[in-house]
Amino acid sequence: MSVRTIWRKSVNVVMLSLTGACAALTMGFLFFILGYLVYHGGKDLSWNFFTKLPTPVGETGGGMANAIVGSAKLLFLASLIGVPIGFLGGVYLAEFGGRTFSFLVRYTTDLLNGVPSIVIGIFAYTVIVLPMHQFSTLAGGFALGVMMIPIAVRSTEEFLHAVPTSLREAAMALGASKWKTVATVVVPAAIRGIITGIMLDLARVAGETAPLLFTAFGNRFWSPGWLQPTASLPVVIYTYAISPYDDWHRQAWAAGLVLLGLVLFANIGARLILSRKTMLQRS
Amino acid sequence: MATVTGLPNPSLALGASRANVPGESKPLPGAEVPPRLKISKLNFFYGAKQALFEVDLNIATNRVTALIGPSGCGKSTFLRTLNRMQETIRHTRMEGQILLDDQDVLQMDVVSLRRRVGMVFQRPNPFPKSIFENVAYGLRVNGWKGNLREAVEHSLNRAALWDEVKDSLHKSAYALSGGQQQRLCIARALAVDPEVLLLDEPCSALDPVTTAKIEELLFHLKESCTIAIVTHNMQQAARTSDFTAFMLDGKLIEFNPTSQLFTTPADPRTEAYITGRFG
Repeated sequence: MSVRTIWRKSVNVVMLSLTGACAALTMGFLFFILGYLVYHGGKDLSWNFFTKLPTPVGETGGGMANAIVGSAKLLFLASLIGVPIGFLGGVYLAEFGGRTFSFLVRYTTDLLNGVPSIVIGIFAYTVIVLPMHQFSTLAGGFALGVMMIPIAVRSTEEFLHAVPTSLREAAMALGASKWKTVATVVVPAAIRGIITGIMLDLARVAGETAPLLFTAFGNRFWSPGWLQPTASLPVVIYTYAISPYDDWHRQAWAAGLVLLGLVLFANIGARLILSRKTMLQRS
Repeated sequence: MATVTGLPNPSLALGASRANVPGESKPLPGAEVPPRLKISKLNFFYGAKQALFEVDLNIATNRVTALIGPSGCGKSTFLRTLNRMQETIRHTRMEGQILLDDQDVLQMDVVSLRRRVGMVFQRPNPFPKSIFENVAYGLRVNGWKGNLREAVEHSLNRAALWDEVKDSLHKSAYALSGGQQQRLCIARALAVDPEVLLLDEPCSALDPVTTAKIEELLFHLKESCTIAIVTHNMQQAARTSDFTAFMLDGKLIEFNPTSQLFTTPADPRTEAYITGRFG
């Protein structure tokens, strides 16, 4: 073998190993985090964790039932705000928008997506917490809802764009109005994709901490209704993790595990829904 | 019907200002058949680009009219102006007059127009719904009250598909073969009982056996429906149609009874096209 060939082959080997190692590292991070969480938080996961309120420092036992319910309530409110606005905005962009205004909307949406979550928290604080003089589930849900909008808009738009024009023409040629065409043909054809996008969107905001710090705040007890401060998983993880107590650290790990489990669950669910999307593939 | 000036006249070379010589205009080909659609001086523009130039054409009731011509000659554009599908494309403009039973198509409510003028597209485009729902769709969006099941069966029968699908009405339309899908699309268009059926190269994605089935179907359908078909396939035009229009570069070159156009074309360009010298 000439020197050139050896050189060429070794460059090949080096580059292949380098890219392969980075790819493996990417996967490694997730499994490392998952393993670490299971190792530290797994043994604190018990039935009590899901059903009991937190106990005072020093007492063993206790759980995070209030944070789990609080997170669920926050996500529910966030969906009430983010899903309709995001979905209808996406429908507008994909089906009705003109060129200039659509460009503006799309650009603004991308900018909104880039706004740091802490800034959205400050916004919710100014708009809801300050006038109402208290932290509340409402304020936290609002902040998360605003965060959901851009991704819901863009994913809805993209899945609607994937619906072939021929279907729209078929419906309109049968005398369906534009709106009826969208409602009865285009959206149903894309609905799985749209739902998937929204699930992933929810999973993303489920882990947001910053916008909740001064909106939903936190609560050691149950939070009745929508106008009281409430505990939520990410904020509890934050407060427990920076506390000096070993007991709380373990609980923070467990809460992290639950949160990651929920996100993974949503992701895998979304993949399953998408992979069953065979109806449209043939056209 | 009466003679109409400004209609394609085989004795005149294209480009001669026909309107100025009304004395020379002869009865329209097929004048003995009353027209369902009367198109006059139709111009169509995509932005600044003109796609149709002063097209005058009558589509005879209960006959098949074929539109032939090379790719990009405007035959599909022309067909799609008849039910105003073309206006769904942005930055387009239409001039001229289209009369459906003496009603101006451009003034009509577009929904009722499309109910009366159905359309079948080049590629089968069933909805991702069941076979039943596909056929019922047009009836549902038009708020039709009546026995949906009967209407669906009737339409599938008219499209010669009923026997093949009667046991699987609630299966997805995508489970059907290409030819069956296209007949389903025809059934779907027929369900709202249109007076006119426009077909835009309905067989170009199908194999010869399936094509033969659809051609046979057209033959039966014209008893109850007026048909206009765009086709790339000259044999298909010759087999299925009563009248044929030959278009070139957005202009109507020749419009005559099919037998005459294919045996004794009046325009040298028609002759060149049908003998395969271009296109």
